[in-house]
Amino acid sequence: MIGTGNSVNSITARRRHPLARYAVVALALGLLGGGYAVAAPGGSSADAAIASGKADDVAQGKSLFVAHCASCHGLNAEGTAKAPTLVGVGAAAVDFQVSTGRMPAADAGPQAPRKPLGEWVTPQAIDDLAAYVQSLGGGPARPAAEQVDPAKGDPAKGGELFRANCIQCHNFVGAGGALTYGKYAPPLNPATPTQIYEAMATGPQAMPVFNDSTITPDQKRDMIAYITHVRQQVDPGGSGLGRIGPVTEGLVAWIVGLSLLILAAIWITAKKRRTHA
Amino acid sequence: MDTTPKAISGVSTFLDDRIGAGSFLKRNMRKIFPDHWSFLLGEIALYSFIILLLTGTFLTFWFKPSMGEVVYSGSYQPLVGVKMSEAYASALNISFDVRGGLLIRQIHHWAALLFIAGMMVHMLRVFFTGAYRKPRELNWLIGVGLLSLALLEGLTGYSLPDDLLSGAGLRITEGVMLGIPVVGTYLTFLLFGGEYPGHDVISRFFTIHILLIPGILLALISAHMVLMWVQKHTQMPGTGRTEKNVVGAPFYPTFMAKAGAFTLFTFGVIALLGTFAQINPIWLFGPYTPADISAGSQPDFYMGFLEGSLRLMPSWEINFLDHTVSLSVLIPALVPLGIVMTGLALYPFIEQWVTGDRREHHTADRPRNNPHRTAIGFTGIAFYGVLWLLGANDEISANFHISLYETTIFGRFAIFLVPALAYFVAYRICIGLQRKDAEVLSHGVESGVIKRLPNGEYIEVHTPAAQDIADHIRGKKEIPIIESGVDGDGIPPKGARTAIGRLRAKASEAYGTDHVPLDEGHGHDEHAAIGAGDHSDGHRDGH
Repeated sequence: MIGTGNSVNSITARRRHPLARYAVVALALGLLGGGYAVAAPGGSSADAAIASGKADDVAQGKSLFVAHCASCHGLNAEGTAKAPTLVGVGAAAVDFQVSTGRMPAADAGPQAPRKPLGEWVTPQAIDDLAAYVQSLGGGPARPAAEQVDPAKGDPAKGGELFRANCIQCHNFVGAGGALTYGKYAPPLNPATPTQIYEAMATGPQAMPVFNDSTITPDQKRDMIAYITHVRQQVDPGGSGLGRIGPVTEGLVAWIVGLSLLILAAIWITAKKRRTHA
Repeated sequence: MDTTPKAISGVSTFLDDRIGAGSFLKRNMRKIFPDHWSFLLGEIALYSFIILLLTGTFLTFWFKPSMGEVVYSGSYQPLVGVKMSEAYASALNISFDVRGGLLIRQIHHWAALLFIAGMMVHMLRVFFTGAYRKPRELNWLIGVGLLSLALLEGLTGYSLPDDLLSGAGLRITEGVMLGIPVVGTYLTFLLFGGEYPGHDVISRFFTIHILLIPGILLALISAHMVLMWVQKHTQMPGTGRTEKNVVGAPFYPTFMAKAGAFTLFTFGVIALLGTFAQINPIWLFGPYTPADISAGSQPDFYMGFLEGSLRLMPSWEINFLDHTVSLSVLIPALVPLGIVMTGLALYPFIEQWVTGDRREHHTADRPRNNPHRTAIGFTGIAFYGVLWLLGANDEISANFHISLYETTIFGRFAIFLVPALAYFVAYRICIGLQRKDAEVLSHGVESGVIKRLPNGEYIEVHTPAAQDIADHIRGKKEIPIIESGVDGDGIPPKGARTAIGRLRAKASEAYGTDHVPLDEGHGHDEHAAIGAGDHSDGHRDGH
């Protein structure tokens, strides 16, 4: 450590200091109390939160935020060099990122992957975090249950929108695809209808935002209807081969089809009739 | 034995007297076919072609080759009410509303893949055994023509359903045509009947796909078979096999039974694939509109090498007299195809030129015994393989979490390095296998019997190779080398005086020099035992 002037190493060292955890807890408590005291009288979104009886959620959310998010996004969600500000991203973004396990991010790769949820990530915890981030500056809200109900959408219309807007990255059945610089469009199969809606509304990671004026909420529901319909569909032609098109078909033709026929040829010619001249 | 019933003998005598059917049959039913599995590879393609004709005919009963717009109202729910071409709607109809239609469609598509895959492995067999040599060069050229036509047949057939995926292929076809200098635009308008995609291309492709190319294919396949029949098969070297005979089983009954069984195997495997493995699910792709494109858009495997070359190509273009020449499209579309197809077509003649070998050849070479040819073949496979692999670089990137650009950059180096490496490795493997052969002949094979010598030393007794194996190995032929040395007055022969002549002489020497001559000088019996008396290691002598 001596004389290296390496700031990352010095931060790491300080973080490991025996007193650090007390400092963090004290800081968190202080911020919790202080932040609440500051926010409660002033901000209009916080007013709304209080009026709707959600002030407790906000406070709870803030403490979760400080514990799990603040190290990258800053103590007041103002953003750091590592991660963007969360002011104005809205509850939908929080729900999408946290409920898919993408946030808190594990490491700084080109893209945060979907991963199993941490133990603390309960629906209640997501609600609280979402309420807190929503209170910071508004943003896209989470959709209501009937907004994402596939049964209420028109899959045919949704299919046309899906083909026009989504498949160039996510593939024609949402099997996913590659993007530049190590990024990728993830497969849509694990995503819930709510998560699909929220992804469109907030544009996570490399994805563009499809806001309500680009694609109306009804159209989003149609698209959800198409995506869920197609992924539940039993492939009528047998095994779907991963539904990624001719690449796996070609592999099967060579590895299964041709190998079987060559084995048959070897078998047929193995028995030789010896004729003596 | 009882005599032939009159009903049969009468008819056969009638025919025999008029068209000489009896002697024709007598001669040809006893035609001998060599008994080696690799000689059946071409039949995969042949029988797949028969399946293609049968299933294709079925499909034409319902397919409507029209780009007129209709609103879908069939039984595939997620597309009901969507506007699409009649061609796409009728392909959906075949898939969902015609009894057995989906199965036949899938069998047709799998048969198409196996048709081309079968042609490829058959061609590789012919190449690596040198079975294309005189007098079979013409049949080789017909084969190259068949392969090129099959690619075109695949491209047109794949475009017919007018789905979004095939539309991507059509768009690339259009781009390549537009890239042709000077006449590109005119050609494109000619093919598409106006601005892309127009209203004509599907019906034109339909005629090409079901009439024009199958007609030519059928004629060429017949010519291919007749030539094969007349020129007879090559055979692998072995006991009793010479340049003048063919050892194997007669066409009737043995080969006919085997070929019949193999027909059924081909039908069976393709039917299995068509039943259990979904192919070209056009309903998932959606109807074609020029504005849409899907991630992971790929051609069928036989076009993969062209896709790969397009993906690897840097975006070069030059501007010449206000005309843009899109090298980024022209080079990947024409150069690899040209290298592969022209190279295949010319190889027999280049080899003849290099070796000066004008003799007829009826016994096949074992690939190891012509190491340069084998290495050149593997270079071609590596070149094709790298392009083919990189044609799927987005799927590789997405499924194995490799950065897309890294796959492209890897491919740009690999396309030059991997073929060179393949040449070297294949050549060394051939030489190694030749050494093994030479050792089997000179030392025999390990018998598993350990013998103790009077002086206490243990050796393993080697026995001479079995007759058929030895004959197989002794089938190795010398590769001729053209005369290039100077005569008594220090003057090189006529042909070797020019630069090209010197190159030819050099190439000939490299191509024909036998680095591992078969050494039969040693005695066979207990050779190792004798050798062990002189050396501490029974394997070392003779090297």
